[in-house]
Amino acid sequence: MTTAITLPDGAPEEVITHALVRDVDLTPFGGKGSLALITLDNGLDHTRPNTFGPQSVAALDAAITDAASRKPAAIAITGKPFIFAAGADLSALSYLAKREQALAIGKLGHDVFRRLDEIGIPTFAFINGLALGGGLEVGLHCNYRTLATTAFTALPEVFLGLVPGWGGATILPKLIGPERAVQVIIHNALNNNTMMKAKEALALGVVDAVYEPADFLEKSVAFVASVLSGSTKIERKDYSNDPAWESALAAGRAAALKKYGGAEIASPMKALELIKAAQKNTKGEGFDAEDATLADLTMSDPLRASLYAFNLIQKKRKKVEGAPKPALARKVARVGVVGAGLMASQLALLLVRNLKCPVVMTDIDQDRADKGVAWVRNELTKLVEKKRMSAESADRLALLVSGSADQNSFAGCDFIIEAIFEELSLKQELFKKLEKIVGPECILATNTSSLSVERMSEGLEHPERVVGFHFFNPVAVMPLLEIARTSKTDDATTATAVNIGKELKKTMIICKDAPGFVVNRLLTRFMGEITDAVDEGTDPATADNAMRSIGFPMSPFELLGLVGPGVALHVAETLHENLGPRYRISPTMQAMVKEGVKTFYIKNEDGSFGPNPAALALVHKGTTPSTAEQVRARALKALAEEARMMLDEGVVSTPAEIDLCMLMGAGWPMHLGGILPYLDREGISESVCGQRFHAPGIASLPQ
Amino acid sequence: MSNALRSVVLVDAVRTPFGKAGSMYAGTRADDLMVRAMRGLLERNPKVAPDAIEDVAIAAATQTGDQGMNIGRSATLLAGLPKSVPGYSIDRWCAGAMTATTTIAGAIAMGAIDIAIAGGVEHMGNHPMGELMDPNPRYLAEKLVEQDALAMGATAERLHDRFPHLTKERADRYAYNSQMKTAKAYADGKLQRDLIPTAARSAELGWGVATVDESPRPTTTMEGLAGLKTPFRPAGRVTAGNSSGLNDGATAALLASEDKAKELGLTIKARLVTFAFAGVEPEVMGYGPVPATIKALAKAGLKIEDIGAFEVNEAFAVQVLAFLDYFGIADDDPRVNPYGGAIAVGHPLASSGVRLMLNLARTFEEKPEVRYGITTMCIGLGMGGTVIWENPHYTGGKK
Repeated sequence: MTTAITLPDGAPEEVITHALVRDVDLTPFGGKGSLALITLDNGLDHTRPNTFGPQSVAALDAAITDAASRKPAAIAITGKPFIFAAGADLSALSYLAKREQALAIGKLGHDVFRRLDEIGIPTFAFINGLALGGGLEVGLHCNYRTLATTAFTALPEVFLGLVPGWGGATILPKLIGPERAVQVIIHNALNNNTMMKAKEALALGVVDAVYEPADFLEKSVAFVASVLSGSTKIERKDYSNDPAWESALAAGRAAALKKYGGAEIASPMKALELIKAAQKNTKGEGFDAEDATLADLTMSDPLRASLYAFNLIQKKRKKVEGAPKPALARKVARVGVVGAGLMASQLALLLVRNLKCPVVMTDIDQDRADKGVAWVRNELTKLVEKKRMSAESADRLALLVSGSADQNSFAGCDFIIEAIFEELSLKQELFKKLEKIVGPECILATNTSSLSVERMSEGLEHPERVVGFHFFNPVAVMPLLEIARTSKTDDATTATAVNIGKELKKTMIICKDAPGFVVNRLLTRFMGEITDAVDEGTDPATADNAMRSIGFPMSPFELLGLVGPGVALHVAETLHENLGPRYRISPTMQAMVKEGVKTFYIKNEDGSFGPNPAALALVHKGTTPSTAEQVRARALKALAEEARMMLDEGVVSTPAEIDLCMLMGAGWPMHLGGILPYLDREGISESVCGQRFHAPGIASLPQ
Repeated sequence: MSNALRSVVLVDAVRTPFGKAGSMYAGTRADDLMVRAMRGLLERNPKVAPDAIEDVAIAAATQTGDQGMNIGRSATLLAGLPKSVPGYSIDRWCAGAMTATTTIAGAIAMGAIDIAIAGGVEHMGNHPMGELMDPNPRYLAEKLVEQDALAMGATAERLHDRFPHLTKERADRYAYNSQMKTAKAYADGKLQRDLIPTAARSAELGWGVATVDESPRPTTTMEGLAGLKTPFRPAGRVTAGNSSGLNDGATAALLASEDKAKELGLTIKARLVTFAFAGVEPEVMGYGPVPATIKALAKAGLKIEDIGAFEVNEAFAVQVLAFLDYFGIADDDPRVNPYGGAIAVGHPLASSGVRLMLNLARTFEEKPEVRYGITTMCIGLGMGGTVIWENPHYTGGKK
């Protein structure tokens, strides 16, 4: 028997997943006796998947008891239409204030789920639809599993800052061996939460049979009859002496370190420990260890920050803070891209793929325009080759893209985005010219990363149509879009821009037109502290590695290598000019740009990266070096200071938007909550700004 | 090029268990029932490559909602058949699946296609009889039909009126026998052979699997039947007990040219001889099987004495009795509906035609001394349909 658990104060009421039991006669399937079939169903449609909170787990417990009392030949569990179960109900986790509560929730799950293995009746999971985390773990406790061909499965816990702690970290390695378990628990989770397709789950041994959804249940019941009669035999291997344990764990560790720029982040490391223990331990010992790990993680700030970040990303994907009414958005049936260079071509590709309307590209001569169009068409061909697009769709889109040297071809456009050289006067001139070609409602958008959008709109007849539309490189991959409003940008323009961003499947923030908007402003400030330290005489390696343990995906100089010193310097100069001397212009950067040295790291012959002597030779030799501690402190202090200034200036209205930007635009990790929850929990916000960004409990443990 | 007639055979036929309307299939869509029957049929006949299916004709009496969208094509796609396989929808009310069969057979006979699926579905829980029906006011204004013509129970009462010797007691006795024959067929495991277990979910109960018909009442007694109400008129004779019920279910049959069936080594369960449909006054629609059978026999050059097995749809007991009475067959003749009929297992309107066929095919297997059999049924708005089949197991009269 399990004891009831009451939800912590303030937690939302649990949406209970009911567990219904029915008998299914096995005779027509060539079997004997009956199957007790448990259906998990929270009574809502597929948009609100089944989840497991305390009452849901108790409901399953009662259903297992009911099922067993029917003296069935087997017990099976299945889900509601399209959904098996999406895992633990995380909504209450953020409210847990005591470790005992966390421990009890973990233990409750184990106590109930393990009955499926220990009940002495063959058990089956019919995974008819989505099964994530605790949902898949329910299935793993069963003796056998069938899966619908269209169902996705995953153990995403490590992605969220947890571990598969309801049996997954212990059972899966024992079931499918260390390599595959590390693949599912570590690699897939860290690879942006990759889910398994049915074919993969079958190949990995996570499930025993796969059936089409049209008669999935009937086929699964037939599978039960066939297993019970012995005509289907499922062999289980003992992996305890598998030679791959060490290498699999090492590969998992390497992947986790790489993901977080070399930092040892708790959740993947703890998951690897649990997997390692599964080589020799009993399931019971494994479950106890999972309980303890889960409780430790749940009672940690990084997990609370992760949950905050996860919810933020989910919420803001749908709702854009400060967006005008969608009804104000104008129809966009023809778009223009000024420029045909790489950035412009990427924009043209993104626009044509998602808006599926004519996209006109222009450049200073026909050759360059043609080259841009050719690039887009070639990318479409590549998508066809990768089977990510049908040849027919690619043909259709290829014909929608055209290139010209004549800007009059923009006539009739509803939306034009410029991606020309970052020079204000050029852009001002361009917009004035475009205004004579297009109608008064055509939106003029700029992809500038640091220039003033407001000044680009100066002197225009219709400045209200100008808006910043800032993507991140590579534009197809990076999910963030910053939409910058000038003092004159009207609601119709903003609404249309947001609408386009939605079509482009981007997560958006709307910010005030301010230098560098959000991401570049913070990143440049942050990077500036590192380059300043180097210019002052700090050893570049010391400065660059000062923040490794925090878990950023790459170090400042690795990022610099990606962005390029030219762009970085240009942004720094613009911000220096517009925001003041706290944005310094680094002599080292200037030297690198002048000498055409692009990066601090070069690839060694063995493929590893090492310091670039050409860059080191250009380092400005100051006389006041800092320690790693000092570099770290000043960089984090700068982030807190700048973030507070941005909020005070109203660049964005909430700290959450800054976090969202850093998560989606800079790829900063969820365990930092973006960045502000980390600055809060380290006490930096209070020491620098005299106040936190988030109240305790929002993205951290309650006090 | 030849368009000479070719022999058409029934390769196989199956059905879902029939449910009471809106009961065990309350949470199951009609198209899902149809898909299940089709997939069950193909699974039983692995020698038929799905892309060899050249057409799919599916009947439903109400073709909207989950029975709409051209259910023939829609069910074909949902069943996972190749997109190259076409499909169409058929409607002749209760004789839908029968008409799907004869229409497909016509196409096979003239050489247009070789293998096809014919079937029918009716979810009377989702689509009550008469749903969205909008009779032209001229029917009554011009006295084209009488009021009774559109209420099937009333047409059955009219048959009692026309044939007073077909008493309520005889109808009840017939119904009782139907229940008993079905109970015995279930006990002997005969009906289960052609049932495709079908997943059925209910929001309250969760997922289950239907494996047997829901309607049969093996505990029926004559006394019980005698006491039932006559809902269609005061002091009437037609009751819920001597009529078929309101049901949900689907059926599917695989038809082929005999040459193709032999080439692929398929089973041949029955050979189609001929068929006929005929009209009668809508007020006595239950009489339809009589002229339809007369016509079919004439076309086949057969006499009623040549027919050794009958599958008569039991929309109403009196309507079966009227048929038997006309041809001089006893009410309890063992050649008629040996496994019972719609009064016991149910009558999901447009699906029933194929159920008659699959029962007849089983009788053919069991009785090689029988050469010819018929499936026949009455049809609302005054029609009857009859298909004459030849037993491929016929041994020349020797048992």
